[in-house]
Amino acid sequence: MSKDIIDYAVEVEDLTVAYDAKPVLWEIDLKIPKGQLMAVVGPNGAGKTTLMKAMLGLLTPVTGAVRFMDKESKDIRFMKKHIGYVPQSGSVDWDFPATVFDVVLMGCYGKLGWIRRPRKADIELTYTVLKKVGMEDYALRQISQLSGGQQQRVFLARALAQEAEIYFMDEPFKGVDVQTEKAIILLLKEIKEQGKTVVVVHHDLQTVPDYFDWVTLINLRVVASGPVEEVFHEDNLQKTYKSTKTLLGSEV
Amino acid sequence: MTAILSLLNDYTFQTVALGSGLLGLISGVMGSFAVLRKQSLLGDGVSHSALPGVAIAFILLSSKNTEVLLLGALLSGLLATLFIITIVRHSRIKFDGALALVMSVFFGLGLVLLTYVQKIPNSNQAGLKRFIFGQASTLLSRDIFLMSICGFILLSLVVLFWKEFKLFTFDSDYAKSLGFSPKKLNLLLSLMIVLAIIIGLQTVGVILMSAMLITPAVAARQWTNKLWAMVFLSSCFGAVSGVVGTAASSMIPKLPTGPSIVVCISIIVIISILAAPGRGILHRMYRHRKNRLLYKLEGGQINVPTI
Amino acid sequence: MSPQFEIQLIAVIVAVACSLPGVFLVLRKMSMMSDSITHTILLGIVLGFFMTHNLSSPILILGAALMGVITVWLTETLSRTRLLAEDAAIGIVFPLLFSIAIILITRYAGSVHLDTDSVLLGELAFAPFDRMIIGGVDIGAKAIYTTGILLLINVTAIIVFFKELEISAFDPILSALLGFSPALIHYGLMTCVSLTTVGAFQAVGSILVVAFMIGPPITAYLLTDSLKYMLLLSALIGAANAILGYQAAAFFDVSIAGSMAVMTGLTFLLVFIFAPHHGFVSTLRRRNQLKLEFAKMTFLFHIYNQEGNERNDCKASVDEIQTHSH
Repeated sequence: MSKDIIDYAVEVEDLTVAYDAKPVLWEIDLKIPKGQLMAVVGPNGAGKTTLMKAMLGLLTPVTGAVRFMDKESKDIRFMKKHIGYVPQSGSVDWDFPATVFDVVLMGCYGKLGWIRRPRKADIELTYTVLKKVGMEDYALRQISQLSGGQQQRVFLARALAQEAEIYFMDEPFKGVDVQTEKAIILLLKEIKEQGKTVVVVHHDLQTVPDYFDWVTLINLRVVASGPVEEVFHEDNLQKTYKSTKTLLGSEV
Repeated sequence: MTAILSLLNDYTFQTVALGSGLLGLISGVMGSFAVLRKQSLLGDGVSHSALPGVAIAFILLSSKNTEVLLLGALLSGLLATLFIITIVRHSRIKFDGALALVMSVFFGLGLVLLTYVQKIPNSNQAGLKRFIFGQASTLLSRDIFLMSICGFILLSLVVLFWKEFKLFTFDSDYAKSLGFSPKKLNLLLSLMIVLAIIIGLQTVGVILMSAMLITPAVAARQWTNKLWAMVFLSSCFGAVSGVVGTAASSMIPKLPTGPSIVVCISIIVIISILAAPGRGILHRMYRHRKNRLLYKLEGGQINVPTI
Repeated sequence: MSPQFEIQLIAVIVAVACSLPGVFLVLRKMSMMSDSITHTILLGIVLGFFMTHNLSSPILILGAALMGVITVWLTETLSRTRLLAEDAAIGIVFPLLFSIAIILITRYAGSVHLDTDSVLLGELAFAPFDRMIIGGVDIGAKAIYTTGILLLINVTAIIVFFKELEISAFDPILSALLGFSPALIHYGLMTCVSLTTVGAFQAVGSILVVAFMIGPPITAYLLTDSLKYMLLLSALIGAANAILGYQAAAFFDVSIAGSMAVMTGLTFLLVFIFAPHHGFVSTLRRRNQLKLEFAKMTFLFHIYNQEGNERNDCKASVDEIQTHSH
């Protein structure tokens, strides 16, 4: 086993999260190497979205710590400069009075900080990333007038406008046609080529070997994490997808 | 015509119209955010809950100064908001239930206190009751001054934190991931909305205040897909109906100001929902008809086969 | 019967009659609709008055109940256009109808005694003055009979249609599939709510009807998980609020209706803090307990992992040496 990779983009230590009485994540220890395209895979209710939200500091864990490139995740200044986030698409009010351009421009807000207005450079950046996702013709559309795939591209563009080092994406392929899916994965690979790290919550097991080079299998706890060719095999998958109850029971 | 001219020169009318117009403008701006955050009815709750604050301020300080009474209203409105948030966060009761309970209980407490005030010798409670129904005609120029200051503060804050409010209202999780604390923004925005409600109580009263907040914003939303345009239009609609409503109530005898303003703004919202270009109901019907026609011309059947 | 007793009897009847349909409003997340209806029935009463010119005509009650249903229909039609959110639709419809009512009253009914104050704020203290006399015999205050009929209607409706109300509140789509039209049940319930509001506002004023309708059900909601118990508990809590509220009002000599609303708030507060399972204290305690359990669990996991490691100790140390030497 080679342990040559020293540079970790994200290190999760001892992370435990619970919603009221229900444990959602148990003792997660996870290291995500820099410059990888990683999938987070697991059955429904395995805590994939929760893991992502906990890493981003959107919810408070019971115990544990998250570090980004040796910085604690509580360092907000670091977070907003270096972390990009694409939430699940259902989470916003689609009838909000905002155009595609407005939404993508929001990606620049983190760099600007409080009160300061977007500059010319931000506006140019917005158009550049819109072009990158092929949505430049839709810049002035209201967001409810887009198809599911287009909406997903807009949110991707918003994350790109953050010019982050690490990207977190919660099921970017949900409700998206095959063509858009291919386009998005090409874009993600391009981001990876620039030395950036991409973490994707993913559902479709079949495409994992094609799309990703690193994979984390979780079901309440981390079952396995590593390069796809080493980790992504029948044994681990069975461990991941067998019922949550027996998993916990056998361990304690 | 001469009636209108002489009305425009009337000092009382000028004061009241200015006040109602200002109120419409402010509540139009703050209402846009309340509506977009799906908190339309919070305004109703806060305004009803302001009543005990008015009464307590009067009992404690025995002053009928608008500033003092409104301060009481502000505090009790905020307290009610706090109660609602706590109940929703720490129990399984949903927002609407908590809102209905807190506002009716606070209003009940207000009534209890008003009947108590009635028994205090030498106190005429007429000045307090005007908060239930609102009495625009009692607006004085110092009230207008107070409204202008509050309005100026609110508008400056909106301009200053425009980017943050927009981001937070649209997607609060994303705002957090960008390093803007949703807790702080929520507090600031809620505080501003409550303030806007409180300064309107004197003019339209606790029952109709929620309309001043919601209706201009909903009307404005129909005409535009841009937030700044929506806020601007909403404030215009609010201001126009404030002035027109006041004018109507001065020219027509026995037409109360508050309800007259509400009817004005409701007419605007009805027109907007029906006729707004690209979105309104009339446009929808037109498009539907055109589609059917096109389909017919192309030789298809009108009744699309149902599966 | 002494007037004091009659007032309390009326208050208890009203409280129970209000809390029963209120349970379904709370479960359907439509609490604010009751606020809307309580305001708009004023327009129904005014229009009914213009038709009959008689304040005690039953047409007024009918008009008011009809206006309640119209309010619900208008609100839902508006929100079905999807041009605005549902809560915004409520907030647009009721102020408009209410404003029209106020304008009509001030303009045309000024000479007659149709007092907006008494409609909105109510005056229970006057209820015993209006007597029910049959064949020259005084058989009690009129309000006892009107509100009693109301209570009877509500209780019967809920017993007869319990199953339908339950399923349509829980899962409207399932209820449609099973052949119970959700629209029919919905408007049936809303008619009940309007009628109750109309019957109750004369006693307690329309704004405080909301406290009677929503307060006891959400208090009961914190105490039980069964719909049947929730109905029973709401009725009990409502009755208790009414009696305690009246006693407090009599003691301090303040507004009876207001005092009952305050009592509703107080019982809710008590239950909210101390309820055995869903209360504030027990939720906090449970959270702390959970934290303790987590700590224990984590500790156990560590021991378990340590044990596992012992067996692989040699291997692990070899690996470690290798990595360190790199």
